[in-house]
Amino acid sequence: MAKADTFKRGVHPPESKGLTSGNSIKKVKLPKKVVIPLSQHIGAPAKAEVAIGDVVKKYQLIGSATGFVSAPVHASVSGRVVAIGDFLHPSGRMVSSVIIESDEKDEGLALNENPDFMGLTPDSIKSLISNAGIVGLGGAAFPTNVKLSPPKEKPVDVVIINGAECEPYLTADHRLMVEQPNDIVNGLKLIMKAVGVSKGYIGVEKNKPDAIEKMKKASEGEADIEVRPLTVKYPQGAEKMLIKAVTGREVPSKGGLPMDVGAVVHNVGTALAIYEAVRYGKPLIERVVTVTGKGVREPENLMARIGTLVSDLVEECGGLSDGAVKVISGGPMMGFAQWSLDVPVVKGTSGILILSEDEFTSNDEYFACIRCGRCIDACPMGLNPSMLSILSEKGFFEETKEYNLFDCFECGSCAFVCPSKRPIVQFVRLAKSQTKPG
Amino acid sequence: MAKETKEKQLVVSVSPHVRDEESIAKIMWSVNFALFPALIASFYYFGPRAMIVTLLSIVSSIGFEYAYQKFVGKKTTINDGSAFLTGLLIGMNLPPQLPFYIPVMGSFVAVVLVKQLFGGLGYNIFNPALVGRAFLLVTWPKLMTTWKEPSAAFVGLDAKTTATPLGILKEEGISKLLEEFGTKNDLYISLLTGHRAGSLGETSAIFLIIGGLYLLYKRYITWHIPVSFVGSVAVIAWIFGGKGALFTGDPLIHLMSGGLMLGAFFMATDYVTCPSIRKGQIIFGIGCGALTMLIRLKGGFPEGVMFAILLMNCFAPLIDRGVKPKLFGEVKAVKK
Ligand code: SF4
Ligand code: SF4
Repeated sequence: MAKADTFKRGVHPPESKGLTSGNSIKKVKLPKKVVIPLSQHIGAPAKAEVAIGDVVKKYQLIGSATGFVSAPVHASVSGRVVAIGDFLHPSGRMVSSVIIESDEKDEGLALNENPDFMGLTPDSIKSLISNAGIVGLGGAAFPTNVKLSPPKEKPVDVVIINGAECEPYLTADHRLMVEQPNDIVNGLKLIMKAVGVSKGYIGVEKNKPDAIEKMKKASEGEADIEVRPLTVKYPQGAEKMLIKAVTGREVPSKGGLPMDVGAVVHNVGTALAIYEAVRYGKPLIERVVTVTGKGVREPENLMARIGTLVSDLVEECGGLSDGAVKVISGGPMMGFAQWSLDVPVVKGTSGILILSEDEFTSNDEYFACIRCGRCIDACPMGLNPSMLSILSEKGFFEETKEYNLFDCFECGSCAFVCPSKRPIVQFVRLAKSQTKPG
Repeated sequence: MAKETKEKQLVVSVSPHVRDEESIAKIMWSVNFALFPALIASFYYFGPRAMIVTLLSIVSSIGFEYAYQKFVGKKTTINDGSAFLTGLLIGMNLPPQLPFYIPVMGSFVAVVLVKQLFGGLGYNIFNPALVGRAFLLVTWPKLMTTWKEPSAAFVGLDAKTTATPLGILKEEGISKLLEEFGTKNDLYISLLTGHRAGSLGETSAIFLIIGGLYLLYKRYITWHIPVSFVGSVAVIAWIFGGKGALFTGDPLIHLMSGGLMLGAFFMATDYVTCPSIRKGQIIFGIGCGALTMLIRLKGGFPEGVMFAILLMNCFAPLIDRGVKPKLFGEVKAVKK
């Protein structure tokens, strides 16, 4: 069987994962204060269920979902609500948030365990997941229960667990696969049960042989689950590229969804959270965050409570080093640069990357497109980024649609290779903001 | 506090936050570097005169770029290596024994009229060096088609005037060519090494190929244009290049003569003036090859590489509009 195990084009940024790939996940000391945004997901923000002055316990619901595409949020520490108001969110926007001062007791509500978790019905699995506030932990933060409920006319036949972790530097998923492979496999089984699918895959890039081995071991004897080592190439972990690599199917362009080709994709962190929510009744209040880059003294993989400020995590890692110039929430290819260290870890925060001067390329100066075609060779979607950037730069926004503007998912491969250092993703976003799909 | 000063310095910009190491300057200087073996061969064959001609065109290209950008108040870009490259290519495309003002005129046309007036690197439609050369050819047709035999001495004193191999082939046929060069093997070896009359930088096929392979290896160019260009020249030369019967032509002579290797590896591949989509580059390369052979076999000049590339430059934007890379998910992938 000559399956490619990858997709066409793509790029090879330096992996830089060695800073943390060997470090076990470390629990962070309890934060004094957490800032929990009511919107940490795609969709409608949650509605606050607490008031200033309320005393809350860990796991307590503090914001309830408002609609189908929404997710509740829970207190990640026990303590007192000291403020509710707009706070800087890693996306760069101000988002309504609940601020809790910890009483340092870390008292949690009693949780409802389900030792016989595989005996649950699909519907009860889904409701446990949605009550736990689980969203995609790979970065997109789409409410998980929505993805688990495909409409009748889109039959799904495979579930893929995304362990590609193709973003350079990040090792959170890698460590989870090495340290909790059985829980991830159980999460996958729960997802398969919830959507009624009999085939499950776990896709892992080949640069993580230890994770591949652990996942294979954990899924031994599970005839329906297959671990698929994937070619190391960015953006292998993008949903569409992963589906292509694992199943050979291409999600249709112009707004197609994985379910259009019968696939559902969940990140390894999400699978773990699903298992913990269903098995132990545990809401999503913590996640693994890789704090890395040469801008931080002791890079680590940290198990951090949602709402912990980045400044606390940096302190946990020995502080900033002298050359630190840029703080990114997420990975270097698609993450968001931060104005300040006073932003919270949210459900979608897979990493905090702090670049030092020597890792950092300034974006200040860029040149005309010399039409070298390198971006075209890089674009996993088969677009013409050169043309998109030129048209957008000149203000011809409508015309960008002829070049399939809305198929661009802003992976940054094009800008990565551009010798003129053109901010292509920025031009794409500009064009997207100035026109409508269709 | 230390933390605050740190935060003030944080850089905020759009993703991606890492870039690879390639830059315009790195690429352009690598192309210049790749031309060096052939350039040095030209000094060997044509002597100090060749050196002076190339030096003049390089220096004047850089000078014009600097002066123009100063004049209109733009930031100077002479360090990016592209003006150097234009000058180098002009020089390598000239007969070795020209009066010194001619390379300077060529550089002026190339850098100021063709490159900068269109907006600078990235905006020009035509390959600057080639337009410069074409301008010189129509303005000083006699000087630009007077060829000297290779001679390491100071050209002009003892070098004999001769015709280029393609000129001989066109006017007098293959037998005359063999008379001049000896056996067929001798001819091939002369063409390969560059021991023949011609523009000073175009003659040494072997060193141009080495330079081209280096660029392919560095991935600064891809195979699409050189292979389709050279391949179509070979096929057409084989089919139509013979006297009388079809399929009797000698493709090797056509491949190693004239400016083909220089053109196919270093000028048709100019990013700005060729299509940027690989499939389109194949069309472009075949067009270059076909036009080259049309001129060589049927046209008024013995050599057609330059005009072929310039003509195809006009079509590059059109080709880029017509040929699209294959969109991911274009065809509905799975039918249920
Ligand atoms: S990589 Fe940059 S310079 Fe090259 S074609 Fe694309 S946008 Fe233009
Ligand atoms: S055009 Fe969009 S999808 Fe294509 S490489 Fe650039 S950012 Fe990625």
